[in-house]
Amino acid sequence: MLTAREITVRYDGKPAVDAVSFELLAGQWLMLAGPNGAGKSTLIKAIAQTVPYEGTFLLNRHHLKKIKAAERARMIGVLSQHNSAEYAYTVEEIVRLGRYAYRRGFFSRQAEDDEREIASALALTGMAEYRRASVLSLSGGEVQRVFLAQVFAQNPQLLILDEPTNHLDLKYQQHTLDLVAEWLKQPGRAVVSVMHDVSLAKKYGTHALLLNRGKTVAYGTVDAVFSRENLEAVYEMDVYAWMRELLAQWQGKE
Amino acid sequence: MKHDRFTGREYLLCSLLLMGVLLLCVCVGSVNVPLGDTVRVIWNAVWGKPQDGGAYQSIILSVRLPRVLCVALSGASLSLCGAAMQGLLRNPLADGSTLGVSAGASLGAVIALAFGVALPGIPYGGTMVMAMLFAFGSLLLILTLAYALDRSLATHSIILIGVIFSMFASSLMSLVISFAGEKIKSITFWTMGSLSGSNYPYAAILSAALLLCGAVILRHREELNAFAVGEENARHVGVNVRRVKLTILITVSVLIGVCVSIGGTIAFVGLVTPHMARMLVGPNHRKLLPASLFSGAIFLLLADLIARTILRPIELSIGVVTSLVGAVAFVMIFYRSRKEGA
Repeated sequence: MLTAREITVRYDGKPAVDAVSFELLAGQWLMLAGPNGAGKSTLIKAIAQTVPYEGTFLLNRHHLKKIKAAERARMIGVLSQHNSAEYAYTVEEIVRLGRYAYRRGFFSRQAEDDEREIASALALTGMAEYRRASVLSLSGGEVQRVFLAQVFAQNPQLLILDEPTNHLDLKYQQHTLDLVAEWLKQPGRAVVSVMHDVSLAKKYGTHALLLNRGKTVAYGTVDAVFSRENLEAVYEMDVYAWMRELLAQWQGKE
Repeated sequence: MKHDRFTGREYLLCSLLLMGVLLLCVCVGSVNVPLGDTVRVIWNAVWGKPQDGGAYQSIILSVRLPRVLCVALSGASLSLCGAAMQGLLRNPLADGSTLGVSAGASLGAVIALAFGVALPGIPYGGTMVMAMLFAFGSLLLILTLAYALDRSLATHSIILIGVIFSMFASSLMSLVISFAGEKIKSITFWTMGSLSGSNYPYAAILSAALLLCGAVILRHREELNAFAVGEENARHVGVNVRRVKLTILITVSVLIGVCVSIGGTIAFVGLVTPHMARMLVGPNHRKLLPASLFSGAIFLLLADLIARTILRPIELSIGVVTSLVGAVAFVMIFYRSRKEGA
């Protein structure tokens, strides 16, 4: 579905992402992992075409750079890490923007599609009851869910998530990731996400790309990538021991 | 979705209100004209019927009516520009005067007057084109500087740069004026001119500019909604960010350029009325843009009325009234956005 070939992004001449390649197929959930400054978010921005890059992305064998903005938005949906609102838009108005790329003429069928997608996105994310509420009145986590609903309404094939669970409490972390996993079950869909939390990456991802200082350290299935050696090399600590120590906090003390 | 656009009834209501204020402004002034006479004179003029030569005829037709039309059109234009920029830049304090665009346009107009830049065949064409070019140039310069300072185009950095640019432009203006020699009279007349010297050709130019630029801005209401939510988000939902931004900025510059070259800088109109409109109808540009048009026209008409009548027979400059109201509103919005944003 998405092929990345030798992607390099430079900030002030220094490569933040250095010759990274991967091949994403339908049904896969690719986790971008690595320490701070590894280039995960930058790689996401390159896919979303918000930063200039060298190399090529092929989306269903088409050059991504050459695809027009609206057409790209019908295929790729992006949920960024920080979403906030300045004006008192309602939840529904924000979600409706997800249908922008589908605007075409004044056909009623189009409008029906829009209404259906919006309603189902609101229902999926649990925001239906806030439909008419102003986004300024919502908490950070709720705002994040509104933008998740927007990207669902956009109905893309490829979903790109930058730290989707960053501002969410535990309940909605699980809820959001389960939602995305459910969304992925439909044929012809794929997900790329930046995930700081290695445990979550391991649980939900099918594949992983481990980055350090812009370079690929390991790429493959989640289990192969998150080996003790790879993680230790990148995080400069015994991640396995640390994770088990954390787990031990929950054992036998209920 | 039922309430996301202006319904016919709302248009009718706003139009009636606007007509009422228009009539009021034609009637009231240094000499008050009875409403019946006003309506009769305008009615006869519109349908080309012979006038009965009443004493009020020339006051209404050659002084008040063109002025009131120009005021209403300028108010609507400036307000629309303010609403568009506030959406595009996601900044509730953006406006021609706070961003320094109006100052830039004035500088352009003064240079045109001083060095006699003229377009053959179009009266004041040179002034107008120079005002537009300078408006666009200033807008680009200010945004480039603001981007260099901070990529998120934060409210406060833009306003700061706008203020500095305004000062810079007005000192350049003084410089040009001091070199202007015998043209100094016409320049001074223009800078003080406000809308008291309005005539029908001006009203025609203003309405043409508003019709053209207004159509472009209204066509981009969805894109403005996306920008008002966030530029990055706009890109993600499929808005052609570069093209839309450039289109809106050029359109706004043209419209502000025309307004400034005809009426001088009238500060804060584009700041106050979109804000009031937003409080009434919400931030959705489907409603906000038409609401800003109407409220801008009505606000500037009332400001002009106050300027003409409050110290009768002395006439204040219209900018005095809008600045008094606008400065207070600016402070209020600024404090509120500081509290919410932080």
